Parts: sequence; C-alpha cells; structure tokens
Amino acid sequence: MENVVIKTDKLTKRFGDFIAANEITFEVKKGEIFGFLGANGAGKTTAMRMLCGLSMPSSGTATIAGFNVYKQTEDIKRNIGYMSQKFSLYEDLTVLENIRFFGGIYGLSNRELKSKGEELVEQLGLQKEAKKLVQALPLGWKQKLSFSVAVLHQPKIVFLDEPTGGVDPVTRRQFWDLIYEASAKGITIFVTTHYMDEAEYCDRLSIMVDGKIEALDSPANLKKQFKAASMDDVFYQLARGAKRSD
Amino acid sequence: MRTIRFLLEKEFRQIFRNRAILLMIIVMPTIQLIILPLAANYEVKNINLSVVDHDHSGYAQKLISKVTASGYFKLTGYNVSFKEGMKLIEADEADLILEIPQDFERNLVREDQQQLFIAVNAINGVKANLGGAYLGSIIRDFNKEIRSELLPISRFNGAAGIELTSSNRYNPFMQYKFFMVPGIMAILVTMVGGFLSALNIVKEKEFGTIEQINVTPIRKHHFILGKLIPFWALGNVVFTIGLLVSWLIYGIVPVGNLLVLYFFASVFLLAILGFGLLISTFCDTQQQAMFIMFFFMMIFILMGGLFTPIDSMPEWAKVLSRFNPVSYMIAVMRMVILKGSGFKDILPQLGTMALFALVLNTWAVINYKKRN
Ligand SMILES: Nc1ncnc2c1ncn2[C@@H]1O[C@H](COP(=O)(O)OP(=O)(O)OP(=O)(O)O)[C@@H](O)[C@H]1O
Ligand SMILES: [Mg+2]
Repeated sequence: MENVVIKTDKLTKRFGDFIAANEITFEVKKGEIFGFLGANGAGKTTAMRMLCGLSMPSSGTATIAGFNVYKQTEDIKRNIGYMSQKFSLYEDLTVLENIRFFGGIYGLSNRELKSKGEELVEQLGLQKEAKKLVQALPLGWKQKLSFSVAVLHQPKIVFLDEPTGGVDPVTRRQFWDLIYEASAKGITIFVTTHYMDEAEYCDRLSIMVDGKIEALDSPANLKKQFKAASMDDVFYQLARGAKRSD
Repeated sequence: MRTIRFLLEKEFRQIFRNRAILLMIIVMPTIQLIILPLAANYEVKNINLSVVDHDHSGYAQKLISKVTASGYFKLTGYNVSFKEGMKLIEADEADLILEIPQDFERNLVREDQQQLFIAVNAINGVKANLGGAYLGSIIRDFNKEIRSELLPISRFNGAAGIELTSSNRYNPFMQYKFFMVPGIMAILVTMVGGFLSALNIVKEKEFGTIEQINVTPIRKHHFILGKLIPFWALGNVVFTIGLLVSWLIYGIVPVGNLLVLYFFASVFLLAILGFGLLISTFCDTQQQAMFIMFFFMMIFILMGGLFTPIDSMPEWAKVLSRFNPVSYMIAVMRMVILKGSGFKDILPQLGTMALFALVLNTWAVINYKKRN
C-alpha cells in the first residue's frame, strides 16, 4: 500500500523482564497527523525510538517509509526527522550553527544550507537570536528550533516526542502552526503529547496504556466510542486502569 | 568527506568556546613541565661519608679526593676505624661508610683486582642508596682511569674521552632532568589526549545530543573521525608546547630529527585517542569514563618506564608493558630527543604503535552503536 508510511506488527521492546512496549500494531497514512497518547511511562518514547532506528526491537516488525526497521535503519534515517523529548541540539552552538551542522550532516548543499538557515530564522522570528548560543534561548524557542532542525532535510515523516512539554500556551499555538505548515507540505506527523487540546488537532489518535495500544481512531470517533464529552474524558477512562506511573 | 568537514567545524567551534579546555591544553602542560622535573628530581647532595682507610696509599688518597671532588659528598669522618664509622652511622651523622682495605694499591696494581666495601645507612634509605650508587660509579670510573694509567696501550686510549663520559655520569642532576623531561612530555600528551577523547562522546551521551546525531544517516566511521581529528590536532599543539617549554626552560633541543619526533607522536596520538574514544563508547556517564580512564592512566604511566626503568621490572610487568602504548612513547621520546635516534631506529616501535592505532580506532567504530 503506497499510502501507509508507518506499519508496525506486534512491535515489542523488553528491558529484562519488563515489557515497555507490548505488541503494538498500527498503521499511519501518508500526510496524517497521528497523535500518540499515553500516561507517563506508558511506553511512547520507547516505541518511537524503535521506529526511528534508535532502539532495537525485541520482537515484532515495523516498516517505516517502506524500509525494514531491522535491516534498513540508515535508509529510514534519511527519510525521517526526530525531535526527542529531551532537548538535544548543541547548547554551545548558535542557532545558525546548529542549523548548518545538522543540515550539513543530512547532506544539504551549501546553497540550501544558506537559504534554509535564513528562511528558518525568519519563520521562527529568531533574527535577533540567530547568532546567540542556543543555551541562552527560552525553552519555547528551543523547541521550535528543534522542530525546524528535524524537518530541515524535508523528511517524509517527522517524529515529535512531547514537543510542547513545559511550553506556554501562546508558544504551543505557534508550535502547532509550524506542525500544520509541515503537514501541508506533505510531511507525515507522528506526535506524542499530554495536552488533550492538542490531541484534538490530530487526524487520528492511539492511546497507550501500560505498553499496549488500547484505543485507536479519530478524536470524534473515540469520543463516540467511549461516550465521552471530551478527549480528556476518553483519556481518563483508559488511563485510570494503568498500573504504571512514573 | 563533506560530512567530516561539518563535524570538524562543529567540534572546533565547541573547543574554542570552552575556556576550560583551552586552559587545560595550554597552561596545564606548561606548568607541569616546569614543576614536575624539578619536583621529581632525586638528586641528593651533601651525602655524609665516612672513610675507613686501612691503606693510606697514593691510590687510596687519589680515590678519596676524586670522591670529594664530585661535589656530592661531605667527609664527616676520615681516618676513622670501622667501629667509629658505624657509630657515626648510628648517630645519623654519616650516611655511608667507604672502607678501603689494606694493600688496596698493591692488589690493584699487581693482581688487577681489589674489593672495596660500602656500608649504607638505611634510615635515610633514599639518600644513602643514591649515595651508594654515585659512589659506585665514581669508583668504577676511578678504576678505568687507573687501568688506562697502568696499561698505556689500551682501548681507553683518549684520556679526554673518559673525562667526557665521566663528567656526564657524575652529573646526576643534569642527567635526571634530561631523562625526565622527554618522559613527562610523553605523559602530558597522553593525559590531554586520553582524557579529552574519553570524556567527549560520553558527554554527548549525557547531554542527549548524540541522539540527534544517531537519528541522522551519519556513517559511524565519519563520526569517530570527526572526533579523532580535532583531538589529534590539539594533541600536536600540546606536544609543540612541550617541545618549546623544554627548549626555553631546560635548553633541551632534540638531538634527532623533529620530523621523526612529530611523526611518532602523531601515530601515538591516534592510538591513545582511539583508546579514549573506545572507553567513551563503553560508558554512559562522564564519571564512569573518568574513572576508567584514570585507572588505565595510572597503569600506563607508572608502568611506562617514566620513573622505574622497564628493564628492572619483574618479567610479568615487562610483558604487560608491551601492551602499554605509553611505554613506547616514553622510550621513543628519549631515543630521539636524547640519543638522536632516526627513523630506522624507531621503526619497530612505530609499527607497533600503528597497529595499536588501527585496532583501537576500529574497535571504537565497531563499538559505537547508533542503536541500542
Ligand atoms: N533503558 C531502559 N531500561 C529499563 N527500563 C526502561 C528503559 N527505558 C524506558 N524504560 C521504562 O519503560 C517504560 C516506558 O518508558 P517510556 O519512556 O517509553 O514512557 P513514555 O510513555 O515516553 O513516558 P513519558 O510520558 O513520561 O515520557 C517506563 O516504565 C520506563 O521506566
Ligand atoms: Mg516519553
């Protein structure tokens, strides 16, 4: 199927006896904004790291952008962008230097690097901060920068792990503007969040509980299915039964 | 290749922004090179010597004046009996007793052989033992002089030649400094290179930045090269500073070729950096890496022949030292700087070091996992 860009089948990750991600099976279609919900410790980051080729699955299979998660990790990496839960750009480099470095690693030409750099700085409104060290930026701006770096090389899919964690409401709105913009360009968005208003922005959602995917549908259908007034309610009904909490 | 350029650009930017590292690279070696050779100087002066002379011959007189002329001994008793000498030692007034037996001169001339007796005060063991060693070499030299006097047509033809070797030998201070400085230079390069590389990748792990790298299609050997090259350059800077300091402060100019010296140091750096990077790939925190590197550094340095010659180590230690890259570095530094050894002379060490570099770096590349 041309249209499916992420397909997993019983993908599992064990840490010793502990099963962090338990036989998760789902599909994500091209161009979708796919929300990956779950309480703390549910296994979202674990699952996402497997999909990005950062963590070796214990069992099960997955195909990302048409490539096998066991054998073709480097092909996968050429086609995805990743923004980790923990800020992981270089704090001791400037905004422009980070853009240049990661763009360079992804193989952008010098011309692209220059134009992309300027374009991003403008898009993020970081003109004044472009030559400042990243460590001096407030968290919200850092997060926006990380996102921009993750989509610098125009990947097919971008994985965002709690991109708006700890960010103020205004910046969160701006962040989602960036996500929509990327989505409009045809990039598939795979995003985790703890904010239910953000969940409503997604085309489809999965909700993980204790390592398993317990529900998967559009926000409207999920509300119907759980006879809930809001996504908050849906999430609460599912997560209430969770045994794990960090 | 382009990837490596971006890696280098980034790494150098980070290094030049990090004051602490720059300070460590420039100031630390300079200070250590100034202080260590002085502090680690075993020279002992004013060794109190008592002479028990049973012979009172011309040669005995000659020997005694030669000993006192060396400048390291102070005669605290002359013409004493052995018993009196022992009393002086007990009172801590003498460190050494030199006993010249009766018929010293006669036996020396006729039988070409004579024994001397040295008693050492073991309370201040270092002083007395070193004194004993000095005394031993003075006596050996004295013996040579006598022999060349007695056998005019001998191999020791040039009297000046004897003087020359003896003047070096009797200058333990000079010898010690010359001996120590190249060794300490080797250690500095080792420490700076080893620790910088061991802490670097692991720092990226701690800060999480390595995740952002690992999620790119970067090639593993590019990543390792991107770490290796900047530290290699820094190591050469440290080495150059070391050479400058030892020239400016100690007047030590390498007898051998500078190119040979740099070539070996460069290969050595690749090996020690590879080792550091390897440790870095095994560890998760800077603390772990620090402890592990420290463990190896202690062994490398203490068993590298800086203080204790490897020749005088037990057999198992000698075998171990063959796997110690630092021991090769110290040896080659001394060979090239002091003896003027050339490219051919250091070829065996160079080969071994190149092998170390290759194995360690390959291992680091293999052990660096983009996915765990
Ligand atoms: N390397 C690891 N070794 C052992 N256990 C781990 C490891 N990584 C994660 N875990 C455990 O796996 C479970 C899932 O962790 P994960 O980080 O995937 O959760 P999450 O859904 O991303 O949570 P959060 O919302 O807090 O980010 C947690 O209980 C965590 O303690
Ligand atoms: Mg997480």
